Amino acid sequence: MAKKSQQLAVDTRPWRDPGNNKPFVRIKNVTKKFGDVLAVHDVSLDIYRSELFCLLGGSGSGKSTLLRMLAGFESPSSGTIEIDGQDMTDVAPYNRPVNMMFQSYALFPHMSVEQNIAYGLKRDHLPKGEINDRVAELLSLVKLQDYGRRKPHQLSGGQRQRVALARALAKRPKLLLLDEPLGALDKKLREETQFELVKIQESLGVTFIVVTHDQEEAMTLATRIGVMNLGEIAMIGEPTDIYEFPNSRFVAGFIGSVNMVEGVVTEDEPGHVRIRSSELGCDIYVGHGVDCAPEQLLWWAVRPEKMVLSREKPHTDHGANVTTGTVEEIAYLGDISVYQVALESGKRIRVSQTNSIRGKPDAITWEEKVYLSWDDQAGSVLTV
Amino acid sequence: MTTHDPTYPPPRRLKPWTTVERGLAKVGISGRMLVLAAPVLWLLVFFLVPLAVVFGISLATKQFGRPPYSPLLTTEEGTVQLTLHLSNYIRLFTDNLYVAAYLSSIRIAAISTILTLIIGYPMAYAIARAPDKWRNILLMLVVLPFFTSFLLRVYALTGFMRGNGVINQFLGLFGIEPLVMMQTDFAVYVGIVYTYLPFMILPLYTTLVKLDVSLFEASADLGARPLRTFLSVTLPLSMPGVIAGSMLVFIPAIGEFVIPSLLGGPSTLMIGRVLWDEFFTNTNWPRAAAVAMAMLVVVVVPIMLLQRAQSSVVEK
Repeated sequence: MAKKSQQLAVDTRPWRDPGNNKPFVRIKNVTKKFGDVLAVHDVSLDIYRSELFCLLGGSGSGKSTLLRMLAGFESPSSGTIEIDGQDMTDVAPYNRPVNMMFQSYALFPHMSVEQNIAYGLKRDHLPKGEINDRVAELLSLVKLQDYGRRKPHQLSGGQRQRVALARALAKRPKLLLLDEPLGALDKKLREETQFELVKIQESLGVTFIVVTHDQEEAMTLATRIGVMNLGEIAMIGEPTDIYEFPNSRFVAGFIGSVNMVEGVVTEDEPGHVRIRSSELGCDIYVGHGVDCAPEQLLWWAVRPEKMVLSREKPHTDHGANVTTGTVEEIAYLGDISVYQVALESGKRIRVSQTNSIRGKPDAITWEEKVYLSWDDQAGSVLTV
Repeated sequence: MTTHDPTYPPPRRLKPWTTVERGLAKVGISGRMLVLAAPVLWLLVFFLVPLAVVFGISLATKQFGRPPYSPLLTTEEGTVQLTLHLSNYIRLFTDNLYVAAYLSSIRIAAISTILTLIIGYPMAYAIARAPDKWRNILLMLVVLPFFTSFLLRVYALTGFMRGNGVINQFLGLFGIEPLVMMQTDFAVYVGIVYTYLPFMILPLYTTLVKLDVSLFEASADLGARPLRTFLSVTLPLSMPGVIAGSMLVFIPAIGEFVIPSLLGGPSTLMIGRVLWDEFFTNTNWPRAAAVAMAMLVVVVVPIMLLQRAQSSVVEK
């Protein structure tokens, strides 16, 4: 049983076994310069069939440029892009087995919804009957059966987004590129659409590459995320890897909220590491080995929900992993409350607690002296 | 307890205009009406009244004297008599000259419009797609000819096209016989296309520059080659500009007088020249007035057709 589920995991996550799986999209050492500006710098990336891969980054991180190079609107200054084993470097956009959903949707304003969806099919010179069947099929896929004759300006933002998706899917592309697909929708609609998008992607088995600046969107949608920063890939991994095991201070800070403290290695053993942090006012005991040297300066990052808040000093092993401070701010968010605790060093730490008891009367409140504690696997030790 | 400050709020001081406005409001005139009245008055005095005068003259007959047409109203033994002559209008239909001149004007204007469209569209497209820093310079170059006199520009064209002009001298270097260009319809087309090109480029540019580049990319992405993208996306979306530019060229070109007189030959028949001849050579004011009234109708019909086409395009 256990063996079977493990096999399944590899089947649906081909990137965990790159030896036996051929990547579907292979980006090799791609660099793109606009004049003197380096938009994408030496990016290498393998994306597998049926993946929903998110390129996540702030503005100017090069994520959109990378997507445009996949679509063929920009050509790499150096490096190669392969799709399904074919070199795409000199292939024009209209000859690529790739379709794109644009951030602005780019629906043709002078054509009806049906004509928009049929546009790509007409370019393939499909027989009229087949085009009509395919358009009807797509309209029902995106639940717009009754809107075929409308013009784009007669649709709401969410409907337009679905037309754009249907149009991009019409030619049954091997690879669908989505540029901020949910960016123009309001929060509620975005959440609904997210799940719909994943459902459509899973049922059609098309490979999706999604560009987004919204980390929440990336976390919900993606099988894997590529975090981009200043034209380079900062980290590639599954959402849990990115969140729980960031590889750098940038990734830790970019995804979710994080407390970052500086420290000096005092003990460097194969099984554990001890870090002295004057900012925290205590030692950090990390329960696994870290590639570092004694006296090395490094950073320790911990998520707010990985720490525990208490009035009494809790018992911790090794005389470490507990510090004290006063509650400065409380943000009540309904499901959780976020406490901002000022330590003696002046450093502010954010801790979140689940509000599991309704209207708790003796909850920790402002100006209280509290203890913060965490276990020896709670944080990530970062050297870069 | 707060004591009331008698100086607060300060009494509102009335601005002079407010007093005027209130005074006018008493007799039922609002500022809005005054603003509207200015263009209405302008059109009344400088367009409608002269038009009525011209229409009146067109219903008179030629007469020697001053003014050189018969009066519409005559008083004879206490009775006022209104005499309307329709002969001028009847003449327009019975004399082949006028019908031929109208048709020829429409043909020359239509062909010129198509030529300016064919030449202007690529130019407008290139300017709209040029890098930002170039765009204004290129637009400036399009408008630059307006800074010189229209008459001079047309006259300068004779220097290029006449028998020993620049073009023929250049062709002569290769031993090619001089071409006859002046005093032909060809020269008229060159003149009209050259002078009216900016009127075509500017409205085309404004529609093309507003088009979202991602529409072209989406078209290419869906498998359309550049020509298909142009025919299916760019051209239909630029129709408002095409129609506006065509109106701006076609309408003045119909009544063009200077270009056919300076560049055209005796066989170049245009209604503007006929009008001139009737008015100055034959001093037949009533006939000239009838020609002008008919021209107005000839011009108004295509304007209405084009405007209807434009509003249906814009509606989309």
